Amino acid sequence: MSRMTKEHILNALAKGMRFDGRKPEDFREITVEYGVTKSAEGSARVKIGDTEIIAGVKMGVETPYPDTQDKGNLMVNAELLPLSSPDFEPGPPGMEAIELARVVDRGIRESGAIDVKALCITEGEKVWSVMIDICTINSDGNLIDASALAAIAALKDAKFPKYEDEKIDYMEKTDKALPLKKEPVTVTVFKIDSQFIVDPTDEEEKNADARLTAAIIKDGTICAMQKGGDTPLNVDEIDKMLSLAQEKAKEIRSKL
Amino acid sequence: MTEEIKVNEKEVVVPGETLATGMGFLPSKGTYREGDNIIAARLGMVHVDRKVIKIIPLSGIYQPKAGDVIIAKIIDVLMSGWKLETNTAYPAMMSMKDATSEYIAKGADLRRYFDVDEYVVAKITNVTTQNLIDLTMRGPGLRKLRGGRVIKVNSNKVPRIIGKHGSMISMVKNATDCKIIVGQNGLVWVDGEPDKEKIAVDTIKKIEEESHVSGLTDLIKSHLEKVTGKKLEITEKGE
Amino acid sequence: MAYKKRFDGRGFDETRPIETKVGIIKKADGSAMFKIGNTVAYAAVYGPRELHPRFLQNPVKGLLRVHYNMMPFSGHGERVRPGTSRRGKEISMVTEKALIPVLDLAEFPNAVVDVFIELPQTDAGTRCAGITAASMALADAGLNMKDLVAAVAVGRVDDQIVVDLTYDEEAYEDGTVADIPVAVLPNSGKVTLLQMDGELKREDLKKALEKAQKTAKDIYEVQKKALKERFKAKEVPK
Repeated sequence: MSRMTKEHILNALAKGMRFDGRKPEDFREITVEYGVTKSAEGSARVKIGDTEIIAGVKMGVETPYPDTQDKGNLMVNAELLPLSSPDFEPGPPGMEAIELARVVDRGIRESGAIDVKALCITEGEKVWSVMIDICTINSDGNLIDASALAAIAALKDAKFPKYEDEKIDYMEKTDKALPLKKEPVTVTVFKIDSQFIVDPTDEEEKNADARLTAAIIKDGTICAMQKGGDTPLNVDEIDKMLSLAQEKAKEIRSKL
Repeated sequence: MTEEIKVNEKEVVVPGETLATGMGFLPSKGTYREGDNIIAARLGMVHVDRKVIKIIPLSGIYQPKAGDVIIAKIIDVLMSGWKLETNTAYPAMMSMKDATSEYIAKGADLRRYFDVDEYVVAKITNVTTQNLIDLTMRGPGLRKLRGGRVIKVNSNKVPRIIGKHGSMISMVKNATDCKIIVGQNGLVWVDGEPDKEKIAVDTIKKIEEESHVSGLTDLIKSHLEKVTGKKLEITEKGE
Repeated sequence: MAYKKRFDGRGFDETRPIETKVGIIKKADGSAMFKIGNTVAYAAVYGPRELHPRFLQNPVKGLLRVHYNMMPFSGHGERVRPGTSRRGKEISMVTEKALIPVLDLAEFPNAVVDVFIELPQTDAGTRCAGITAASMALADAGLNMKDLVAAVAVGRVDDQIVVDLTYDEEAYEDGTVADIPVAVLPNSGKVTLLQMDGELKREDLKKALEKAQKTAKDIYEVQKKALKERFKAKEVPK
């Protein structure tokens, strides 16, 4: 964050423009590529401008949790790889990575994206676990939206591995897809001073005051939210930000 | 013994590549001799000056040199000066007496002169063997930056961005009405109207990317004329 | 029994298909991707940059720090738990040793060059792919280097000396196997990484190393091409 840069961002925004020529409500170009790593049961690469994410799905068979005997397990993990930015350091996940994983997790879990009951093999004994790992390859802002999109794309790409005699053969994939019921799309709206923008570059994100993330399903229902940043938001602003998020979610959904 | 140059002038070579054989050739910057051969010791572009072979870097972080004018950012205020970030692995120091011709009273609040997070245009006065850098702000054009923003470019491309006697960068300034200062350390300050400033930044990136195209000045001239609709002239002054 | 034909039909001296590209990560000071068969390595270089913690700083020479990591979904079996593993630490260390001989650490006293190697997909030979990618990323980052480094696993499967083993070959069950990851300075043939798992006769090692040297030369040509491609003057239509 730099005061000089922030002032300059605001000056441009006052004229409806961002440094890279976009309007406040414009995303950069989005691409989604499926099946990018053979070792995962499902995978996707998402690029939003210069931001690049790979998400991979691995599956396993586990005993269910005591309170969900007939449901499979879902797990989301995010790695802010030091390869992807000079700002990231090696070591156990920090706050930013944990928040990122949890926000993506809630979008998938709360929307009921996966029919977890259909992941049950034998009630109380064996269920499928679905583990999504998000890895940053190049980090240039808006990691949350890019990661959530990569995660849902990887789930769409995933196929069950062969399971026989209580053993998984990872070398052999079946053609059975995951029981996907919903496709939540996540949009984060950032507030810089009194202006709202989406899909910030790294430079814009570092100079933002607050953000609001919403996971949104096809009919516009919001199924998870997260407010971030050190500045409070008033109710009117929250409403405006969500309305922008809903509108953008439609656009992003078309990329899946 | 045969003497032979194995590569062409301006060819891009990689570490370990044999550039010439024979004792008649002399290894200069970016090369080394191994037996009869002269070998590339880095990635870069070959330049042969009669019998002397050197490699011009195309990538890599900025190597500080005394006399260079750079853009630096204040990162700390010390007892009797400032610590600055230089876009290298090493911070720079600037003492009170080098910072301003004004008299600074003992115990004065130095942040009133230069505060943390502010950018300055400064000149390198000294670089030690340990890469410690001393800066001064006393000299023409050296000043604190107000407004605008700073972008990063490949410092090896700075000479192309500035152009012969500043011809390239003054053309960009004239076409876009932006204020631009190119630091030798690869930081470039730009300030203008948002749409014009975007043209200026895109053009600088274009020069950076196409720096080894011959006839670059003409290419940039026609590009700028096309996007701004302005008729431009190439002048060899400015900066 | 004898290993007469390779599982994937390659010649015994042949590597799997190689693809490589330089400059794949914009944020990095240097970067490269190296793909050999189904093993993919990304490498990013940051620096020379300020070294923290400070007590690691050495006023006489800089530090090369390598981090090798498999992405959690990159294994051919179960998910690989993220975080430091003893295996990852050792590979990082031997990778540092494989690369240091070509670098001039005195060039950046007190500072550090960080190399991050990440594998999105693996099928044996990951450390070699990582080293090969890292050496290209270091060249891309404009560091002084005496040579590139090219690495490949050679070895013995039953009675055959082979180049670039796959996972299936490492797990060959009808005879004994030796797996020998080797890093070579292509122009001098000097060896900067040498490890071995399995059992091996000294004569066979010699044969295997000769093949590694020859393969390193071939890989060097591929590295060279990719690096030149990255910096080639772009032809611009007038």
